[in-house]
Amino acid sequence: MDFNETAEEAAFRAEAAAWLAEHAPRHVLPEGVRLDDAEEAQRGRAWQRELYDGGYAGITLPKALGGRGGTAIEAVVFAEEEDKYNLPRGPYVKIGLGMALPVIAKHGSPEQIAQFVEKTLKGELTWCQLFSEPSAGSDLANLRTRAVREGDEWVVNGQKVWSSWAHLTDWGILVARSDPSLPKHKGLTFFVVKMDSPGVEVRPIRQISGASDFNETFLTDVRIPDAQRIGKVGDGWACCMTVLMGERLGTAAHAGAVEGIIHLAAATPSHEGTAYDDGAVRMRLAEALAEQRAEAHFNARLRTMVSRGEDPGAMAGMGKLSFASRNQKMFGLAFELRGLDSLAPSPDDAVMLDAHYEYIWSTVWRIAGGADEVLRNQISERVLGMPGEIRADKNVPFNQL
Amino acid sequence: MNFDLSDEQKMLADQARTMLSELSTPDRIRHLIDSGAEWDEPLWRQLADMGFLGAAIPESAGGLGMTELDLGVISEELGRANASLPFFSSIVLAAEAIRLAGSEAQQQAWLPRLASGEIVACFAYAEGPGGWSDSAIKAEFAGGKLTGTKTPVADAGIAQLAVVLCRSGGQQALALVELDQGEVTREKRQSFDELRAHYALHFAGAKAELLGDGGADAGAVIAELFDRAAVQAAFEQVGAAHACLDMARNYAMDRQIFGRSLASFQAIKHKLADLAVAVELARSNAYFAAWAAGEAPAELSAAAAAARLTGLRAFEMGARENLQVHGGIGYTFEGNCHFYYRRERTLAVSLGSRQYWADRLLASVPASDGKAA
Repeated sequence: MDFNETAEEAAFRAEAAAWLAEHAPRHVLPEGVRLDDAEEAQRGRAWQRELYDGGYAGITLPKALGGRGGTAIEAVVFAEEEDKYNLPRGPYVKIGLGMALPVIAKHGSPEQIAQFVEKTLKGELTWCQLFSEPSAGSDLANLRTRAVREGDEWVVNGQKVWSSWAHLTDWGILVARSDPSLPKHKGLTFFVVKMDSPGVEVRPIRQISGASDFNETFLTDVRIPDAQRIGKVGDGWACCMTVLMGERLGTAAHAGAVEGIIHLAAATPSHEGTAYDDGAVRMRLAEALAEQRAEAHFNARLRTMVSRGEDPGAMAGMGKLSFASRNQKMFGLAFELRGLDSLAPSPDDAVMLDAHYEYIWSTVWRIAGGADEVLRNQISERVLGMPGEIRADKNVPFNQL
Repeated sequence: MNFDLSDEQKMLADQARTMLSELSTPDRIRHLIDSGAEWDEPLWRQLADMGFLGAAIPESAGGLGMTELDLGVISEELGRANASLPFFSSIVLAAEAIRLAGSEAQQQAWLPRLASGEIVACFAYAEGPGGWSDSAIKAEFAGGKLTGTKTPVADAGIAQLAVVLCRSGGQQALALVELDQGEVTREKRQSFDELRAHYALHFAGAKAELLGDGGADAGAVIAELFDRAAVQAAFEQVGAAHACLDMARNYAMDRQIFGRSLASFQAIKHKLADLAVAVELARSNAYFAAWAAGEAPAELSAAAAAARLTGLRAFEMGARENLQVHGGIGYTFEGNCHFYYRRERTLAVSLGSRQYWADRLLASVPASDGKAA
């Protein structure tokens, strides 16, 4: 065991830091200003192009596919250095890199790889995810969007939801039902669809945060060439698993939120001193901090497994399961620390105003990318070997459910 | 970067686990309780023969000179087996105190005998409800004599030697006292943990000597000793918590209820999934803390505190929920859940309870980020 970096890793970190110091500053987003979505996505493309030109796009992707051919540890080291700058790295680039590229690289044809991979690495193509539906979230395989083959095309009809940034991205990764006479996991097929295709209509969803970065996407007689099918007909579920594994590992690294709440407590007057003097407050903060550090070391253990070619499987969900609830509790605690003033803070109290946003946003982490309850099922079934849930729909043709 | 045990450490864990699962069975543990035994002496001899007692004692003092992480691997297995042994008292605390603070002559006199298991030492730090806070420590060393009462002291009934936290010239100091002398009285207390006996030790001008030259304030040594011991306590908690997880899982898999396996109920699955997460998080902090003890001393204090907090949480959840999953069987003596349920409280308060480690962890974080709030 060695938590120190090897000489090669330290050299890579120094090289990455030097490159970032030269190229990142002019891409940094302005502090405290919320950019227009289109403007932010445009800046995301520009930064991605900079990464590509510098040789840092797709660090773990093989060189033959236009990536760097580096190690999982190098990707983490680069991300840590990159995180020191407030760069445009939102879903508009991450869905392409973290979901579309893995599924195309693994299941796509050589022509599809040539068509999409390099352009995505360059930021020329951005992606959204068309998976969830109003009645298919945690139970994704319950999706109803139909794909019917007509000659060299598929005609797609249905409704997708939670498609982040679908209003500003070029392409979507789509899973649809191609054969309803098969049980629900088996009749699915995977596609990529151009978001300006006729029949694609993106409507923003008004969220509880007040923002509208998620969407509903309506697909009405959308014609998708068969050349845009990824993998074989009926292999849609396997493609989805590739995507979701990328999502799970992608959410494994979280910055420290607890330190921020400690600073808030120490800056909040209470009795003779501050809220940070209170024993009960200190206990909650210390337990959260201990857990946050454990999660960082746990992620390091997962990276060691991945770098050896071992599959952490459902263990990969443990970090997010821990993080999501802790994050919600910490921003909830921010309100209690500040008391009544937290409900309507002074306009220049940026810390508390940020906590308003984060407490709302924290609900997303417990639902997206594997809801808490789904992760607990996966951990108990795949790590502990406990029985699967009773499934009334198992082996039943979808059209007889 | 490599965040896993080495192949040698995995072999060490296997070796310890196999031996303990054969020798420290639930039947054996129940027999020890029934017969009023204070320890599993034959098992102690086995550990000595395998070199486990001297694992982290320097080779120059009769040990194997292995790392804190190697010792942690052994502590984890002892925790898993809930073994009735004075390992934490004699090796993790007393021997380590002598190694950290003892003179060369003291180390040569005692460490080889502790490493071989020839003698057992205990570590006497608390003095009643006041614990070992500075104001609570009244035991006084002067002129080669120790006077005062230390309580509770684990494993004092079987120990030949005690390392005693005391006062000398107004400052905290560590004294060595041989227990087989007329000026020492051992008063057995009712111990909550039936597998670890506790005593009050009365010293009435007992012959003693200070560790080291006796000149320096022992405060710094004591802080380091507690941090290092805390790492081992965290490993013990991880091993014990994992044992609770396995026990609960296996029981739930076998138990049929309402026409199906108890393990198929989501209430049970989710409870054990949460426990599995707590165990893996605790293990991750323990690994880092053991590594820091050897390689990054500046990080040891915070790492040990974090490991204690997550270890405490994992074992607390494990001990309670394991018994809960067993239902009424868990409340029976033959159900075997109670060993862990009692040991959990022992580990929870040894070396300082939650609030103590919370304060130590928070001390590592600057209270301000430098920005005006």
